[in-house]
Formats: sequence, structure tokens, C-alpha cells
Amino acid sequence: MQINFEHRQAAHCENGVTTNLLRFSGIEITEPLAFGIGSGLFFIYIPFLMVNNAPAFSYRTMPGLIFKRTCKRLGIDVTRKKFSSPDSARKVLDECLLNNQPVGCQVGVYYLTYFPKEYRFHFNAHNIVVYGKEDDCYLISDPVMEGTTSLSDYELSRVRFAKGPLAPRGQIYFPHLNEKVTKEKFVKAIRKGIKQNVRDMLYIPGPVAGVSGIKFVARKILKWHDKLGNHKTGLYLAQLVRMQEEIGTGGGGFRYIYAAFLQQAHDFIADDRLLAISEKFTTAGDLWRDAAVQAAGIFKGRLTQRADFVNMHDRMYQVADVEKEAFTQLSKLKF
Amino acid sequence: MKKKDIPQDHSALVNYIRELCYAVGEDGNYETANSTGWEVKTTALDVAWKDIETRILDAKDKVLRGEVSPVLFYMELRLMDIKILSAYTGFWQWTIKRHFKPSVFNKLSEAKLKKYAEVFDISLKELKMEHFNADKL
Repeated sequence: MQINFEHRQAAHCENGVTTNLLRFSGIEITEPLAFGIGSGLFFIYIPFLMVNNAPAFSYRTMPGLIFKRTCKRLGIDVTRKKFSSPDSARKVLDECLLNNQPVGCQVGVYYLTYFPKEYRFHFNAHNIVVYGKEDDCYLISDPVMEGTTSLSDYELSRVRFAKGPLAPRGQIYFPHLNEKVTKEKFVKAIRKGIKQNVRDMLYIPGPVAGVSGIKFVARKILKWHDKLGNHKTGLYLAQLVRMQEEIGTGGGGFRYIYAAFLQQAHDFIADDRLLAISEKFTTAGDLWRDAAVQAAGIFKGRLTQRADFVNMHDRMYQVADVEKEAFTQLSKLKF
Repeated sequence: MKKKDIPQDHSALVNYIRELCYAVGEDGNYETANSTGWEVKTTALDVAWKDIETRILDAKDKVLRGEVSPVLFYMELRLMDIKILSAYTGFWQWTIKRHFKPSVFNKLSEAKLKKYAEVFDISLKELKMEHFNADKL
């Protein structure tokens, strides 16, 4: 049994699942639009959550939120279920497939057999679409892959019930389309998405999230250098870079997607300032990449002087300032 | 980033995926293109793996010296930390820390050892201290 589902590759897994599922329901949406409407851009430093023995950073919102917000803002109902046992999880999944409904699944990467070994860490917030079943094999559309793949019943069950931080617990989700999504709805949703993203990046209290989070980490780098030394700081910086652009995590890539979102938003809201601000995000993305090159110098052991760490700090401050300016301008848009 | 500047470096993805990137095209509009990888990311991943390898070797030496039980070694080998191992086995974190001690580990019941062996994807025999042979892996 196979549902007529179109697989489209995406830069980021949750964007991709959201886009592909909504397109299946007949909504013309692109990855940047889904990302922007879901207010996906973010920055947060989570010191107490250690991932592979380095603190966690994220360049996007909490897993699951992009899908949730995008659907909500377009007026689409969502079914989301978690399970306590693999058997009931499998049963519900099979029922959905029988009803011709492709299903989004949250999975862990570590046991994902079609992934290259180098990328398989215990990271549990990857998203895929299951769109059919043939014999004992589930047909999988993983948005970061160029084509579709498949997983056996055992393999799928294993990744759906991966354990650890952000354990998926067999989570599945899919949208229900009740009425047509009009252009007006899109305009409203885009506004709402931008508004919330401004709030997330500029006004979340506390030092670790949003634009101030970027500066916080910048200052932290200097402190790590004092306390933990070159090697350990290098490891932390490697983590920072990996979270920025690695498959399934995103980052500087996200800044570009957001810039693309603002360009596409311009098709719905004819305000030329959107295009100007979009260029700002392109600059921010470029600066993130430059910072990553600097960080690479440090964790390769090529750059070891105090001045190199200060340089890294300054670069991140610069990115924060660019993003702050861009979001402040966005907040002033009255459409 | 301009579309023509998208890096096409060698990476671990080469035989699997070409990742999708957003970049600015000739006319200033965003377009997508595939990339085989970026050297900066590849080194970041290498650094992470090197750290893991050191941790595994470290754990191996400790087991061979009889300072810790093989549970620590296999935990590192499977890229886990105590939190994740606790989630998979159902043992409390402090219990697992106790199981790191060879004296405690050697007295563990068959059922508990089985649990560890299952999670680590190894046989019961391989888990036992006297059969510990990390070079085989």
C-alpha cells in the first residue's frame, strides 16, 4: 500500500515534513514560508543540557513548534499523539496509512540505518514522513534525503522509541484540512509569524535566549577559555558550529531560510522594506559562516592565542547586532 | 551567500546525501542548490569524533587496569552518557554509577547483565569482565 505522496528535499527536517504534509493536503506552501510562519528562527544556549559532553545550543525553536504554529496560523487542525507502547504506536500508524494519510513521525537519529554512521548521535528530534507500507517495510520520506527510503517494522519502531533527552515516545502528527486556505489567511499568518519571531528574538527575558543569548555565548567563550583551556573551548565551539549547519540541526542555514521567507512574504505583502530586511538576514547568515571559519581555526588548533578567542567573541557580537537591527526593523513594520 | 559560493567540499555525506542549501542567485532572489559538504563542518564533526575516540580508549584502559567495569566502556562506545543509558535500561543514574565499580558489577544478577547486553547490542559473555576484549570491536 502506497500513498501518492510527493517527496521534496528540504534544508531542515521539520520544515520539510511540515511543507510536504501540507502540500499533500493541497496547500501551496514552500519551506521558507513554513519556517517563517512557524517563527522558526531562534537562538538559545542551554547550559545544563549536555549533548555529547558539550552544552547544547540551538538556532531554531523547540522541536515540534514549527509544525504546530504553521498549522495553527493557517487555520488547520492537527492530530498529534504520543504512545506508551510500540504496539499501539504501530497500530495507529497502520490505521492512518490505511486511511490514505501520510504521517509525520518524530524519531531518534542513532538507530536510523540509512544515515551515514558519522552523523548518528543520540539526537531525538529528527522528523520524517511515513507514507506507505509494503510487506514488512515502511516507506519513508526523510526531507533531508534526496530521495525516499524505507525502514523495516523493527527499525522504525526502534527509532520512534529512542530514549534520552527529547525522547519521541512514538510521536506522530498530521494536519486535517477542513477548508481551503485563502491568500488572506496566508497574509495574516505571515504577519503573526513575524510578530512572534520578533518577540522571541528581542524580548524573551533572561540572558540565554534570542539576540542576547548570542552575546551571552560570546562572553562565555572567553570565560571557557580562562577556565577550561584551549582544547575544551575548542570542543564547545565545534558543537556550536555543528548545531549551526549540520543535518537535522540547522543554523546559519536558518538565517538564509529566513531571508528567503521574507522575500517570499513580499509576494503576499507588497512592502519593499521586507526585501531590504531580507538582505540583512543574508548578511547575518554570512557573518555566522565567517564566525564558523574562525571557530574552525580554533578547534583545529591552528589559532591558539587569546586574541583569537576575543576575535570569535567580537564576531558573535557583530552577528547579534545585525540580527537585532533586522528584527527591530521588522517590529516597526505596520502592515 | 551567493549560489556560486556554495561549498562543494568532501564530507562523510558524499555517498549518501547532497544536502540542500538556500543561497542568493544571480538576480538577487533566493534559490536552492545541493552541496556535498563544507570543510568547516567536516572538521567540526571530526573534532567531535576524535573526542569520542579518546573517551572510548580512556575507558578501555581503565577497564583493563581493573578500575571500572565494562559498562563504562560500552556506554562510551555506544555514544551514550549516564542519562541516556539510564533511559534505555530503566536503571537509576546512581545505580549505573555504582555498576561502574568492578566489585559491584561482578556481583550483578544475570537479569541486570542481560539488560545491559541488550542495550549495548552485545552478548552476555562479551559484557563480562574476564572476557573483556576491546580490540575485537
